[in-house]
Amino acid sequence: MSLSPTSDAVYNSPNYLTAPTGIRSWLLTLDHKRIGVMYLALVVAAFALGGFFALLLRLELLTPGPTVMDAMTYNRMFTLHGVIMIFLFMIPAIPGVFGNFFLPLMLGAQDVAFPKINLLTVYLYLIGATIAVWGMIQGGTDTGWTFYTPYSTTTVTTLSPVLLGAFILGMGSILTGLNFIVTIHTLRAPGISWMRMPLFVWAMYATSIIQVLATPVLGMTLLLVAIEKTFGFGIFDPARGGDPILFQHLFWFYSHPAVYIMVLPAMAVISEVVQTFARKNMYGYKAVAFSSLGIAFVGFFVWGHHLFTSGQSTFASGVFGVLSMFVGIFTAVKVFNWTATLYKGAIQVSTPFVYFLGFLYFLIFGGLTGIALSTVSLDVHWQDTYFVVAHFHFIMVGATMMAFLAALHYWWPKMFGRMYSERWSLAASLLVILGFNATFIPQFLLGNMGMPRRYYSYPQQFQSLNVASTAGASVLGFGFVLVLVYLVASFFSGRVAGPNPWGSRGYEWDTPSPPNLLNFPETPVITRGPHEYQDGPSAEVTHGH
Amino acid sequence: MNELNDLLRRILFLPVQGSDFARSVDHLHFFVWSVSMLGAATTLSVALVFVLRYQRKKTLQATPHIEPKPIHEALLIGGPLVLFLTWFAIGYSQYVVLQTPPKEAMDVYVQGKKWMWKFAYPGGPNSTDVLRVPAGRPVRLLLTSRDVIHSFYVPALRLKQDALPGRYTQTWFNADPGRYPIFCAEYCGLGHSAMLGELVVMPAAEFDAWMDEHRRTNQAAAQDQRPIAAEDIDVRGSLLEQGRRIAATQGCLKCHSVDGSRHIGPTWLDLYASKVKLEDGRTIVADEAYLTRSMMEPNAEIVAGYKGVMPTFQGKLSGPEAAAIAEFIKSLRTDAPSAEPQKGPVYVPVTDK
Repeated sequence: MSLSPTSDAVYNSPNYLTAPTGIRSWLLTLDHKRIGVMYLALVVAAFALGGFFALLLRLELLTPGPTVMDAMTYNRMFTLHGVIMIFLFMIPAIPGVFGNFFLPLMLGAQDVAFPKINLLTVYLYLIGATIAVWGMIQGGTDTGWTFYTPYSTTTVTTLSPVLLGAFILGMGSILTGLNFIVTIHTLRAPGISWMRMPLFVWAMYATSIIQVLATPVLGMTLLLVAIEKTFGFGIFDPARGGDPILFQHLFWFYSHPAVYIMVLPAMAVISEVVQTFARKNMYGYKAVAFSSLGIAFVGFFVWGHHLFTSGQSTFASGVFGVLSMFVGIFTAVKVFNWTATLYKGAIQVSTPFVYFLGFLYFLIFGGLTGIALSTVSLDVHWQDTYFVVAHFHFIMVGATMMAFLAALHYWWPKMFGRMYSERWSLAASLLVILGFNATFIPQFLLGNMGMPRRYYSYPQQFQSLNVASTAGASVLGFGFVLVLVYLVASFFSGRVAGPNPWGSRGYEWDTPSPPNLLNFPETPVITRGPHEYQDGPSAEVTHGH
Repeated sequence: MNELNDLLRRILFLPVQGSDFARSVDHLHFFVWSVSMLGAATTLSVALVFVLRYQRKKTLQATPHIEPKPIHEALLIGGPLVLFLTWFAIGYSQYVVLQTPPKEAMDVYVQGKKWMWKFAYPGGPNSTDVLRVPAGRPVRLLLTSRDVIHSFYVPALRLKQDALPGRYTQTWFNADPGRYPIFCAEYCGLGHSAMLGELVVMPAAEFDAWMDEHRRTNQAAAQDQRPIAAEDIDVRGSLLEQGRRIAATQGCLKCHSVDGSRHIGPTWLDLYASKVKLEDGRTIVADEAYLTRSMMEPNAEIVAGYKGVMPTFQGKLSGPEAAAIAEFIKSLRTDAPSAEPQKGPVYVPVTDK
């Protein structure tokens, strides 16, 4: 409440978007908000590219035989789709855009702890992305984003550029995580104790720990694959004395925790959105905060659930299976607490809240199918089928993408100072949720039927569900285009939002919109927890009921 | 009960159930699915009721500060935990069954190869893409791959097992009569989706007759000294005979005896399925996986009392050749009436005819 940077001087001073000006001031900026905006442009471009390939894949799967491309092109397309969506969108999206932009604001800080390193990560992203995408298109990489050996080390297509690209992207990811951890430890404003940190910050903290601890293993693994591929050393290829399963262990030791790098930030966003739009403090703040750390911790010990059919020992499969259940428990804790937060709230069903409801729905079903997959014997049937594809798209697109859209709509007025069309945004949110269901529910059923993933052609009996899925994907694609259109319109001609259109008690809203270059004129002193609404919303409600 | 089973199977688009194992897995599936649906519907309904009930009425509306009692959090954690662990206990016990082939199972060697499946019966014929097995008898598959990782998948049996290059994995089933599609579930390149096969489960008597017929043909071919396949391995005679020949030509028998006497390496007599004490103190069972590993990575598991002097046969022995040697080792048993392995009722010695 004493957080009041509302002096005239702050409002009259130029905001971060307009001062300083010039392309150079953007390319060399050390401001976390500008870096967040640059990440937004980059990840949206990556998402558009990955989405384009997804639609081509769905088009090809419209008929059982060849439809619009040959098998080799199809294999390259799903590799492009997977690598771009995972490494260029899902992993950097929320931390890169909203983490960078809002973490310092939520801590009452001027910037992240290492602004120059922060800028470096943007360039690492740019370099890594360019090398990876160029390498895949130029060399026709056809391994899938999982790069399983010995297929990847014996295929005739080029692999090293995409490995190098992913390696560089991984470095950026590590540095972002490191930066956030140091920022959270050292730059909290007076009064923001650990138990007063916004839940967004808690979940970003958990994410950062995974990024710092797990990503180096991916880097090493990719390097080993590149060494085997380039110099012929026998590491993973049994024909050269290597061990093909070793790759899967190393790869999933990173890539399973990486799933939580993608989904914890989504949970971070959702905790903020539900509190603001239900105008209610989080029911079970500590449970939600610590369950993020719980997921980050247990997430390191479940990678073997990707190997139930690989010949892994029966005992190991049991251990990995039972530990996977605990990820489900921590997720259930969050789901229950978010739901209970609605109790006795003052709910405003705006677009971000619709995405919250979508998120809740997708996370529940994505999570429960994850539990079903961990029951080991059921996984034997589902492993490497469309059931698994549907499961992780429910989590990755269903949950994480919904959260990304929730964040975008929730913080858009803060980032750019303008409102978007509520009517169009509600329409688009319904299209996205509907299209998403139509795309992926048929894929669960295809998995039940036994259709393996990465299938260029398929037996006749799988066609009707594939047609349904492709139809859903086109609705989904249309929904995303709609979002892009009205947000661009809002950027240029939207109604001015004012500092706090939602009346949120999140710390980041006690700044002008868009925020001033220095965030706060002087270091704020915090005297309350975030999102406490016993005294009503923040006074500066300029929009909504 | 059968109607309910069939109804749920159709609702969930599951293929026919080709074995008791498939039925039990589906029953767990139905249990998990129905409780999950119920749980999800309850949670989402509660959320929906709250959304409708607690709509914002005033712009400046305040809300009470509510914190959960520890008992509430404990219940919210405990409920799902008990449920999840119950599912896991059932699913894991089914998995243990799947991982433990019965002793009397008939063996079939499966080799994945871009992009086809090859099946070899000890003492019987080889075949491509069509796997014939008897109904109602346990069949153990010993899988390997010639090139990259493949995964042998029969949706109707709810069965999947990766086939890895350079080593053996195993799985087993006891199927109902019928014809079921086989897919490759692990991405293996251009022909991945065309790597199809068919599992033909024949009534046991029909299968025996078919097997008998093929043994005779094989025998005739062997006598004519005419290779019947153009693969890089010599498929004349049974897998066991091939194993004996390969063991001799590769020099295995220079160090390993077949009569129980101690030599540079451990004897092969009674080696299969015995407990072996290793130099590092562990004790393991000498199954196919161990035998193959010992050919490919001989120094990984050295038998107590021996020196690690054996060279690797990685790249020197193909998958089928390693399988043949393993089959030969399996046949060397003091309790066997002859040097041929017991293969249950399927086995009819060809040479006697």
